[in-house]
Amino acid sequence: MSALYFTKDHEWISVEGDVGTIGITDYAQVHLGDLVFVELPEVGRKIASGKEAAVVESVKAASDVFVPVSGEVIEVNKAVVDKPALVNENPEGAAWLFKLRLADPSELKGLMDRKAYQAYCNTLE
Amino acid sequence: MDSTELAGLARTPLFDLHVELGAKMVAFAGYAMAVQYRAGVLAEHLHTRAAAGLFDVSHMGQAELRGLDPAAALEALVPGDVQSLGAGRMRYTLLTDERGGILDDLMVTRDADRLFLVVNASRKAEDFAHLRAGLRGNVELVELPDRALLALQGPRAAAVLSRLAPGIDGLAFLSGTRAMVAGISCFVTRSGYTGEDGFEISCPADRAETLARRLLAEPEVAPIGLGARDSLRLEAGLCLYGADIDTTTTPIEAALAWTISKRRREGGSYPGDSVIRRQLAEGPPRLRVGLRPRDRAPARAHTQIAGIDGTALGEVTSGGFGPSLDAPIAMGYVPAGHARPGTELRLIVRGTPRPGDVAPLPFVPHRYRKP
Repeated sequence: MSALYFTKDHEWISVEGDVGTIGITDYAQVHLGDLVFVELPEVGRKIASGKEAAVVESVKAASDVFVPVSGEVIEVNKAVVDKPALVNENPEGAAWLFKLRLADPSELKGLMDRKAYQAYCNTLE
Repeated sequence: MDSTELAGLARTPLFDLHVELGAKMVAFAGYAMAVQYRAGVLAEHLHTRAAAGLFDVSHMGQAELRGLDPAAALEALVPGDVQSLGAGRMRYTLLTDERGGILDDLMVTRDADRLFLVVNASRKAEDFAHLRAGLRGNVELVELPDRALLALQGPRAAAVLSRLAPGIDGLAFLSGTRAMVAGISCFVTRSGYTGEDGFEISCPADRAETLARRLLAEPEVAPIGLGARDSLRLEAGLCLYGADIDTTTTPIEAALAWTISKRRREGGSYPGDSVIRRQLAEGPPRLRVGLRPRDRAPARAHTQIAGIDGTALGEVTSGGFGPSLDAPIAMGYVPAGHARPGTELRLIVRGTPRPGDVAPLPFVPHRYRKP
């Protein structure tokens, strides 16, 4: 059973054991618009919590994707690099961006669950 | 954008219609403008190239020059040839400063004894003050704040507008005429900012919504926001004031020498004429060029441009993604010696030098109506 967490920067992380799968939320893709370019981190890169790990770009603008928790990149989703529009179609499913081996699972405590994230998004409208 | 952010912004006569159409509103040049509708930037861009797009450009500044020989008076402020404009003809030109920098770009149309001007929204207050201060003789600048401006652009634009204004297809590219469009008195020019055939329609502000709804009722027409307007003009290699041209760029550096006729090169007297004449004779130190990244990473405005040896060359001034090309495109300035199409260079995107090439402009061929 995996646990799902969200950030104020509109990333999600689904955690199973010590592996977290990270993507951007539906709210994020709606606000970014049609994505045309995705840049993912190299496998093996160690990234500290809150640092930029990936970039998603729409026709108009580039946005950083931050890692919600520290860890080492163990896998990236090449499908979204080949077809960035997948992120618009299924941002919280098939269009995950990368997987991290978590350095410190206790960092997850600072994140929101879906209900809290939903309430947070409502305050932004 | 929430209601408090919108509150301080000016609105065009089509504001309510944009909201009704599901537009995402953003601040642009002090106006609340539609950046995209529900279809999104990609679909709106491609629709304009395939059929017809309707743009609200009512934020732009419209004015008339009236009086005795307004063309001669305007030529004291622009390097373009205004006096040779025939009746109903239209031309792109530039307001320049004493150093040859560009204060704004504008469209000028001769409408009988008047000149009709369209200037950038972000510059209109400065432009109008500059014109009032600089127009000599018995010439008056009359602002037209009670007029809206709609652009209908795309390969089906002429067919659509002909239904509402029979005979309008006879209007030549870069010409203007007074015309009744759907029973509304308009000034229509065959022009635009997309590289496609199309029209810009100046109409009374209080009739703009009626006209826009009438155009949107045609099956080929979709509303298009500023997002697609920007990607369309970039593919067409057209300058955006404040990005590609400003007071630090001359018309020659901006590759806009074509806007200066032989007569005005030889005898023109206008702000910055000595700088511009010298650059015409000796060549400019740098030039605006098209840029094509070799991979798929967009090189946005202010991306540094370097040579293959790492030497700093210049900066991207407009950059993003070209939906019709399905590839990133950009424009920027490089030293004249690096401006030849095919010159390989590096675009420093997020710290990483990525290969790219100088490319001919426009990226997408213009499809203006042939005479």
